[in-house]
Amino acid sequence: MSEKIPVTVLTGYLGAGKTTLLNRMLTEPHGKKFAVIVNEFGEIVINNDLVVGADEEVFEMNNGCICCTMRGDLIRIIEGLMKRKGKFNAIIIETIGLADPAPVAQTFFVDEDISSKAQLDAVVTVVDARWLKEQLHDAPEAKNQIAFDDVIIINKTDLVTAEELADVERQVRSVNAYATIQKTTKSAVPLDAVLGKNAFDLDRILDIAPEFLEDVHGHHDTSVKSIAINIPGDIDPDKFMPWISEFTQKEGPNILRCKDIPSFKNEPKRFVFQGVRMILDGDLQREWKPDETRQSKMVFIGHKLNRAAIEQAVEAYRA
Amino acid sequence: MNDASQSLTTRVEPLKADAHIVLATFLNDEPTLVLTDGQILIGADRLTPHGENAILMASCDGTRLITGGDDGKIFLFNAKDSAIEAGNEKGRWIDALALGPSQSIAWSAGKKVIARDGRGQLKEWAAPSTAQGLAFAPKGYRLGIAHYNGASFWFPNTEGKPEFREWKGSHLDITFSDDGRFVVTSMQENTLHGWRLTDGKDMRMSGYPSKTRSFSWSHDGHWLATSGADAAVIWPFKDKDGPMGKAPRECGVRHAKVSSVAFHPRALVLAIGYEDGCILLCRLSDAAELLVRAAHKDDGKITSMTWDKTGARLIFGSENGAAGVLTLP
Repeated sequence: MSEKIPVTVLTGYLGAGKTTLLNRMLTEPHGKKFAVIVNEFGEIVINNDLVVGADEEVFEMNNGCICCTMRGDLIRIIEGLMKRKGKFNAIIIETIGLADPAPVAQTFFVDEDISSKAQLDAVVTVVDARWLKEQLHDAPEAKNQIAFDDVIIINKTDLVTAEELADVERQVRSVNAYATIQKTTKSAVPLDAVLGKNAFDLDRILDIAPEFLEDVHGHHDTSVKSIAINIPGDIDPDKFMPWISEFTQKEGPNILRCKDIPSFKNEPKRFVFQGVRMILDGDLQREWKPDETRQSKMVFIGHKLNRAAIEQAVEAYRA
Repeated sequence: MNDASQSLTTRVEPLKADAHIVLATFLNDEPTLVLTDGQILIGADRLTPHGENAILMASCDGTRLITGGDDGKIFLFNAKDSAIEAGNEKGRWIDALALGPSQSIAWSAGKKVIARDGRGQLKEWAAPSTAQGLAFAPKGYRLGIAHYNGASFWFPNTEGKPEFREWKGSHLDITFSDDGRFVVTSMQENTLHGWRLTDGKDMRMSGYPSKTRSFSWSHDGHWLATSGADAAVIWPFKDKDGPMGKAPRECGVRHAKVSSVAFHPRALVLAIGYEDGCILLCRLSDAAELLVRAAHKDDGKITSMTWDKTGARLIFGSENGAAGVLTLP
């Protein structure tokens, strides 16, 4: 099978510096040719890249999954783009300020024609260091957006004090303990911090988890939180699989994202799950290395998630 | 399948193309390929009315060809030397096209639907959401439009509001039965939905593992062949209740999904193209199969197939630019 086209979703409030970052992605030399899906052509620098306008059309799937929404316009655009192989090797999707990132992300899991050819590389959000606190306070959507992120760029750090910046970072961490945070001015982050993140390679995210856990527990001001679970040794797939599938069905409305690498008994390869709300996508990936400790790592980001219950359930499936 | 007597592979003449094939057809009996890279190959001629822009959609009824590009332009060909620019949506992608009776055509870009009658008169309608599929009814100047949560039926020459048939979900392509009694849409949810137009009765035709993106009606109008499963799924439409309460027939079961179907214009023989590049002919009466083309994974899925009007030749094209013409013995 040919390699899937990586897709970067770029979000952020108006004025946070998203367009500046997008323009840098399009103009700096990196050997990539992008297809860019934008809401407004506005101030985007168009060079050799393919720029397509989108009308955000969010559809509910009529498949019995209550929270399953997707972007109909993206399906059409990406289908159209895929007919032009060789014209580009990566896709960037720009979304407007407070757009719910779930329908965008879900499109890449739910639509088979799309998921067979393209794969979500990372969700990147640019936030303004000055306004994030207020935005988190005023708009619950802002929290959801941050909970979804793989990379969060705290921009305009020169306009806040060191203390304010530390506070902003704590706020971000309290919602999403696993995203990579980049602090910068003028969206001047190295592009390799944004592109080629390969969200499916979950090692990095799962490995950084423990050191942030204490911080997270210290904060009670947020309804969205991250839960990381680490169970040493193997678990029994025959028991675990029905549980995780039922759990995501039942808790789907509360789960924003989940990323899991269970270590299955008698399985030389690592099983990797990535989920958005009720949708779960899993696959056997590389082999466990001989010197690697076999353990099951899971991260859930969402509302009202009961850590003890999850831990207890998974613990019971130890093989 | 390896028995030479059951194979037509030696009767396939390959055609040269080097991009995704949007449409493989016969225009005035000339083998014609429409490619996404902007080229239109008619017989030995190469036309590029859209310049270097991509062609996303194309449709042909044997004597007319229309193409819609990501430049927003619609070109209409009657013969190869007479392309006219029938419309221009100024850089918006063309989402759907249809050819209708009395030289009419229609296209859509986003929610905007345009119908153009034989005299070139344009009428416009704004669909409630993106018009994903268009088809003219077999009689009269009436356009069926598939969109989110249903389908609408529009008489472009009347002032009245289009008739709306509701069914929850995202509707993709749309097709009318030859007698105009039924309309069927394919859906994002891997199912088909049908309406009996006389009384609006709903028909749900489900069980597909993937989306149906190719329809073909048999010459007698009694059968509708569809893509999207590991066999061509063929629904009966002869009786007054159509497929309601009936199971479909399956033809050409393989371990690969069907991506394109085309009924022979004179016999109950179906050409079936698969995602792995394989093509079979299947006779409905006894399910006998003939191999037209063995699987070539590198060629990608078969995207388009059309018989010529007498049914002597079948032209096909694939996702990665493989194409050819089968001439029946």
